[in-house]
Amino acid sequence: CGVYLCTFSGVEDELELSAVRHRPEGLEQLEAQTRFSRKELQILYRGFKNECPSGVVNEETFKDIYSQFFPQGDASTYAHFLFNAFDTDHNGSVSFEDFVMGLSILLRGTVQEKLNWAFNLYDINKDGYITKEEMLDIMKAIYDMMGKCTYPVLKEETPRQHVEVFFQKMDKNKDGVVTIDEFIDCCQNDENIMRSMHLFENVL
Amino acid sequence: MAAGVATWLPFARAAAVGWLPLAKKTMPKPPVDNSSRSDEILYVNVSGVRFQTWKNTLDRYPETLLGSSEKEFFYNEDTQEYFFDRDPEMFRHILNFYRTGKLHYPRNECIQAFDEELAFYGIVPEIIGDCCMEEYRDRKKENQERLAEDTEANEASDAPLPPHSTSRERLWRAFENPHTSTMALVFYYVTGFFIAVSVIANVVETVPCRPPKGSVKDLPCGEKYQLAFFCMDTACVLIFTFEYLMRLFAAPSRCKFMRSVMSVIDVVAIMPYYIGLVMPENEDVSGAFVTLRVFRVFRIFKFSRHSQGLRILGYTLKSCASELGFLLFSLTMAIIIFATVMFYAEKGTKGSTFTSIPASFWYTIVTMTTLGYGDMVPNTIAGKIFGSICSLSGVLVIALPVPVIVSNFSRIYHQNQRADKMRAQQKVRLARIRMAKKGTTNAFLQYKEDRDRDSDSTALCVKNRSAFEHQHHHLLHCLEKTTNHEFTDEMTYSELCMTESVGFRTSRSTSLSSQQGAQNNSTGCCPRRARRRAAMRLANSTVSVSRGSVQELDMLHVKTTSIPPQTRSSLNAQADDLKLNCGEQDFTAAIISIPTPPANTPDESLPPSPAPIPGILRNTRATAYTHDTVKISSL
Repeated sequence: CGVYLCTFSGVEDELELSAVRHRPEGLEQLEAQTRFSRKELQILYRGFKNECPSGVVNEETFKDIYSQFFPQGDASTYAHFLFNAFDTDHNGSVSFEDFVMGLSILLRGTVQEKLNWAFNLYDINKDGYITKEEMLDIMKAIYDMMGKCTYPVLKEETPRQHVEVFFQKMDKNKDGVVTIDEFIDCCQNDENIMRSMHLFENVL
Repeated sequence: MAAGVATWLPFARAAAVGWLPLAKKTMPKPPVDNSSRSDEILYVNVSGVRFQTWKNTLDRYPETLLGSSEKEFFYNEDTQEYFFDRDPEMFRHILNFYRTGKLHYPRNECIQAFDEELAFYGIVPEIIGDCCMEEYRDRKKENQERLAEDTEANEASDAPLPPHSTSRERLWRAFENPHTSTMALVFYYVTGFFIAVSVIANVVETVPCRPPKGSVKDLPCGEKYQLAFFCMDTACVLIFTFEYLMRLFAAPSRCKFMRSVMSVIDVVAIMPYYIGLVMPENEDVSGAFVTLRVFRVFRIFKFSRHSQGLRILGYTLKSCASELGFLLFSLTMAIIIFATVMFYAEKGTKGSTFTSIPASFWYTIVTMTTLGYGDMVPNTIAGKIFGSICSLSGVLVIALPVPVIVSNFSRIYHQNQRADKMRAQQKVRLARIRMAKKGTTNAFLQYKEDRDRDSDSTALCVKNRSAFEHQHHHLLHCLEKTTNHEFTDEMTYSELCMTESVGFRTSRSTSLSSQQGAQNNSTGCCPRRARRRAAMRLANSTVSVSRGSVQELDMLHVKTTSIPPQTRSSLNAQADDLKLNCGEQDFTAAIISIPTPPANTPDESLPPSPAPIPGILRNTRATAYTHDTVKISSL
């Protein structure tokens, strides 16, 4: 685990956690755990550390950063879900290890792993099942990113319909939830999804 | 957009994997990244001082000199470095901007030199960080004012008029800047003199003069030398009226001029005379008329055009108004309280001067301001006690706010200036953010248009778009495909809203077909990009918003293809078969119907090929897994 350096500065009667610094594990360990090369890890870390000198990203910063890519809409809800997906140990902040592990799966993982990650993203309460409500939340978050000025005009029920479509496809036994196996099976049978999984491989 | 987030773009793109299982349509191909992935250290030599930095650092801001290909002009082959013949001290700050994303203004540098450096390196000063922005702006304004004063001083001495000004403009200029011409100066002094004369006359005419022969009573001079004073008054009023009319004529904006304070003062100063002329010599009315003469004293305010100090005082009072108002309010409260108490305390005494509460107001005011005229004094013990409390509290109530007001005034004055500055900065900042957002959106929309237009050629990278922009646009494109909606600009959106609201609310498709031309009951889909916009408008006017369990014609959709090449050929192949009546109105009504669970199982109803099959249409779910262009028909 990373080393947390907390400096306490006694300000009158308050103990202030003035600076939390997080140092990531060594380069070798990360190299072993992820599928990035040494150089790639270096580039990634330099960028990461530049933006977040303290070594961790909290949710607010995360939302800010992600929102900058989608100027027309409101990306904060989706960023929230993303944050939870990256923050695997659920400690409220994304450290460099979390960041790089997530990226490793997304960019260099097998299709199975990527689908797993996507399932994990949709499963908001991490109970192993995607319910319609969870899917609806995710869908609304995605549509929120589009913003108002779209063609065709976004309607209220568009996300809901999209969810219906999704469940039609994925929920084989029609029990109202999608399990991980149903999800992976269905995606693997869909060649479009399969093909698109290789889309972002050369991102880094 | 802030290219500082360029480092996060790979992450945002990776996170897009989350959209893939949900996407309604197929994803577009990612842009080809020709640039070498590895990072290298660049050497920048600025007048002998060598700086080194990563290439990626400089690439963060592609619209500046160092971030774009413009720096290649400064590349020195022999020494394998970029050489700039500029100030190395300043360059340090510039480079720090790339590193940290924040531009700082060094306080010990000349503002103009700094501005010049920024201009050279292609950096806009607006991105100076908050920490240094105020200082920067103060210095800049100071500098500008100093320069402006110098130029004004130069100008004022020789005062060349702009060559093609009308006489009206010249007149206005003469009024506003009396120093521009001798005539204006003469006029300025003459009006000043007459204002003084008028005010003095008003004052003197009430002084008692020796009575005329044969009478005992003292008369005020005004009545003794009535004719003389009347002539003087007439002369002054004539001059003032003339001046007012000239100003009104010369003013660039008459309404604004008439609403300004000075013109109101002018009017108020001359009105009583005219009213007096018009009014008959009636005893009852002349009483009111006398009151009007009081307004003549307003002429003294006309001096404020001649005195800078008066203007400043007026302005400061205006800006201090809330403090003064509060003082007045608290005084009023205290007065009422004490007056009431004194009245009831003195009620019983015989011959008391405290006849009513309003009458006690006078006593309270006189006591609180420690004047103590003595015309009203309390006689009862209770009255005396309360009276003393009143005078003591008066000292506090009056003496305390005055220094507070003075310091408030000074604070408010400075604060107002700073608040205005900050408000302006805030507006600028918000505008900048909005513009940046719009810029990104517009860049993306432009990219889409270009892509649509040159989709045949592979000249997608013909424009100067950085790799970052390519990837960002691809990301936005993926989002569009996921949700099957497109980004548009405000204009188009408002049009859409309007047309939808007046659209027919039919759920039948026949209206559509009748609109599009009867012969187009084709099953073809021939997307014609050129007609897209016009067709859209037409289509939208007939968009049927049908609610109900089976939504057949949800929207009209002509999608121009952004299909990757391999499917494009297949599209063409298919389209050829179906090219029935693709005449001029080759619009294609694409229906995306999303019904409630259809009878078919999902797999089956997904036609793998794009061939539209008439008849099935109602329940066809046009999912995007097959194709970009969604077709329909059965019209």
